[in-house]
Amino acid sequence: MNRPIRNLAIGCLVLFLALLINTTYLQYWQGDSLSSLSKHPDNRRVLDEAFSRPRGAIVVKGKEIAESKKSDDQYKFQRDYPQGRMYAQITGFFSRDWGIGGIEGTENSILSGDDSKLFVNRVIDLVGNDDPQGGSVSLTLNPKAQKAAYDGLRALGDNVQGAVVALEPSTGKVLAMVSSPTYDPNRLASHDFSAASKARTALLDNKLRPMDNRAIEERLPPGSTFKLVTAAAALESGKYEPDTQVPGGASLDLPQSSSKLPNEGGGSCGGEKITLTRALQVSCNVAFGSVGLKLGGAALQAQAEKFGWGQTYFHDLDDSLTRQVQSVFPDPDAPQTALSAIGQWEVAATPLQMAMVAAGIANNGTVMKPYLVDELRSHDLEVIDKTNPEPLTSNAVSAATARKLTDMMTAVVDNGTGTNARIPGIRVAGKTGTAQSEGDRPPYAWFVSFAPADNPSVAVAVLVQNAGVDRGEISGNGLAAPIAKSVMEAVLNP
Amino acid sequence: MSSPRVSPRAQPTADARGSRGADQRPGALMEFVHRRRRGAELFLLVLSLLVGLGAYAAVGLGVDGAVPADILAYGTWLAVLVVAAHVTIRYRAAYADPIILPIVSALNGLGLAMIYRIHLAAPDKSPPGRTQLMWMTIGVALFIGVLVGLRDHRRLQAFTYTAGLGAIVLLLLPLVPGLGREVYGARIWIHLGSMSFQPGEVAKVLLVIAFAGYLVLHRDALALAGRRVLFVDLPRGRDLGPILAMWLVSLGILVFQNDLGSSLLFFGIFLVMLYVATERPGWLVVGGGLFLAGAYASYLFVGHVTDRVDVWLDPFHESRGYQIVQGLYGMGWGGLTGRGLGQGSPQLTPFGFSDFIASSIGEELGLTGLMAVIVLYGILVERGLRTSLICRDNFGKLVAAGLAVVFALQVFVVIGGVTKLIPLTGLTTPFLSYGGSSLVANWVIVALLLRVSDHARRPPPEPSGGPEELDATQVVRLR
Repeated sequence: MNRPIRNLAIGCLVLFLALLINTTYLQYWQGDSLSSLSKHPDNRRVLDEAFSRPRGAIVVKGKEIAESKKSDDQYKFQRDYPQGRMYAQITGFFSRDWGIGGIEGTENSILSGDDSKLFVNRVIDLVGNDDPQGGSVSLTLNPKAQKAAYDGLRALGDNVQGAVVALEPSTGKVLAMVSSPTYDPNRLASHDFSAASKARTALLDNKLRPMDNRAIEERLPPGSTFKLVTAAAALESGKYEPDTQVPGGASLDLPQSSSKLPNEGGGSCGGEKITLTRALQVSCNVAFGSVGLKLGGAALQAQAEKFGWGQTYFHDLDDSLTRQVQSVFPDPDAPQTALSAIGQWEVAATPLQMAMVAAGIANNGTVMKPYLVDELRSHDLEVIDKTNPEPLTSNAVSAATARKLTDMMTAVVDNGTGTNARIPGIRVAGKTGTAQSEGDRPPYAWFVSFAPADNPSVAVAVLVQNAGVDRGEISGNGLAAPIAKSVMEAVLNP
Repeated sequence: MSSPRVSPRAQPTADARGSRGADQRPGALMEFVHRRRRGAELFLLVLSLLVGLGAYAAVGLGVDGAVPADILAYGTWLAVLVVAAHVTIRYRAAYADPIILPIVSALNGLGLAMIYRIHLAAPDKSPPGRTQLMWMTIGVALFIGVLVGLRDHRRLQAFTYTAGLGAIVLLLLPLVPGLGREVYGARIWIHLGSMSFQPGEVAKVLLVIAFAGYLVLHRDALALAGRRVLFVDLPRGRDLGPILAMWLVSLGILVFQNDLGSSLLFFGIFLVMLYVATERPGWLVVGGGLFLAGAYASYLFVGHVTDRVDVWLDPFHESRGYQIVQGLYGMGWGGLTGRGLGQGSPQLTPFGFSDFIASSIGEELGLTGLMAVIVLYGILVERGLRTSLICRDNFGKLVAAGLAVVFALQVFVVIGGVTKLIPLTGLTTPFLSYGGSSLVANWVIVALLLRVSDHARRPPPEPSGGPEELDATQVVRLR
């Protein structure tokens, strides 16, 4: 019977080897992934530990917008958001039971101190017997611009639905990103867990969805602001110049249907033939509808894609709740191309995307990848990573086209539909938009702009989705342009 | 080995073995005189006590920041138990394997510390360590009882059928209305007043004895070759009776008692012992086929088996595998070196003190600690098989191999289940898990192993007798 016993011994050896290999795989190779809160937000062990550890701060221009304060309850530290409502969609929240969001989520490994970039610091902490400490995250935001955007939206009412995005055209730095209505992340991070749970339920039940980041998640028809894309496609085609004569009558016959495309307000745009500059200045639907038909849907789509339509380029706020949605351009062969050309029908863009259109024109035709995280620092303030600006598309339009578009856009603000964005002593380029939404819903007000026109340092997009005002009062110039103006002023006059 | 056999292939087999080398012949084995090594055992026992007491002290330091107040009394008690076991071996089984007891002592001490640790963290959800210490005391008492009362393991052969019957009765007991009780879905408990008891744990010892006795008598018939398929001689169809019966019993346990673990264990032991007795890999093929068929059928038709497999395939899906996911989180968090005793959160894992004690060890002692535990089990099993290998009588060989395989299968099934290597099945982790029936039964198993080992390693009483006639000349008193 000895041979089977020997075989049995080998068999048992194999079983135990399998156990050893499997535990090694589990605890060594897979350990980090099992302990990653972004993959397993329900991992109580890691959450509890994170709650008991000083977490790094999220910083804007040297000032903390999220920090860990000592607390004397069962956990040693309480996460605090000093200007919670203003930065809520940026910071996100750090809750025990409901996961983590925003920068708290995407930069968790740095903030918690677990990141391999902090390895040396961890070893030093271990040797020095200090508690491991998280690193800090510096954002690109300009606090004055952020406040101007936040105050501007709030002036329209606490429940106004809207968003503001400001970019630095030459780098893609996000200077302001505000979404309204907003919420207080302090209530979700509270150590009174039943209160935190109630706050979360109330937020999820709220029909206005305060936890959404409309700047990157809300995708709506951009209305007349899309005429910038159409104008860019026209100039790039070589068939149009700013002074090319285009139809400016009262209405345009639409192909394959009996309906006509009228202008906003009904009248003509100031003659049967007007210049392209004039058409943009007065936001002439008939002119851009016919230009769009001449260029064709494919050209419009190609131009839109160069500005970023159909792409995902912003990952700094990817978390369990939010992520940047792609802007869409509909089927280019559809007969509704004239409607697409004026930003109606099924064209849809996020406020971030519209800000990138303005920033691309401002930056001589180069669209920069937008980013929010500027620097990562260890807890002794040593810089361990810094984001380098990268172009998304190097020539969305040529430099010449960008210059022509800039001039056309300054005409809009100086002497057209966007007069509310004027800043004394500074040339401002802008474009209004008032998008019809389907049915009885009130239209959306848009405004995109940049300044100073000859050496732009800020590009802004403002969306006011529902301000609760009369339909007649909703216009890009009336609702959105003043907000864009104050954001630009905040950046230009520090 | 030239004793006459009915088996037509006995002759070639004997030839083949004869050519394998001198150590294969019983005579050669007897030329080698084993040393007692009791001093080595005592030294290892001191080390094992250090493991148990060190862990107990570390738990106190980790949880309360101070060594537990009762460490002296606790340590003394543990030492008394271990030394009592050692002294018994010295006088009653002087040649027994010197490594088995220290391993068992280390595992039991570690288990006690871990149970105590989880009770500190979750006093209302877990049993106190003190109860387990009481069970260990009973276990050691029975261990001593077996070594003192049973002077020769071959006497057990007389109880082949009694043991078999006893095992069947024990297995059926939980199904008796009023006596048996369903706990967490499995009907494997019996309750007598305030006492509860898992008869399956005792049944596994009885089954090994019954199988060994039965196979010693019938191995020749069962070894007859039937059809040859793909280099493997399959058994004859008419010999399939016992294995089919055992298969049905195992399936019955699975279906009526919802106890996947025991079902697997019993069938596995039988299959392995059948293979050892007959030297026929064909039985493994037939048994493996039956196992696969049974496993697949129960996956399809037995609800809780389907659940177990689904949870195994994707435990994170809709948090249906809460327990195993918590265990995996714990082990992942423990990493290479662990959080340290008393500094993890093993109480978050349901049953971190019994079925999932392996994950608790992985969490607090890390991969290092869990590997040490697995290696200890590995050595324990291999020492058991070594005992089986050098044992001179077939009954002893089968008993030792069967008991070693009990440990091997049990450890593989439960640690493999906890670490998501195989679907999870409820079995206790020998010596570590909380549970009286299991701990007591395992101490009895160790006593039996040491009894066989003592016999196998003891120098033969009559070196004058020709080795060829060994089987025939040895007088065995059966009663």
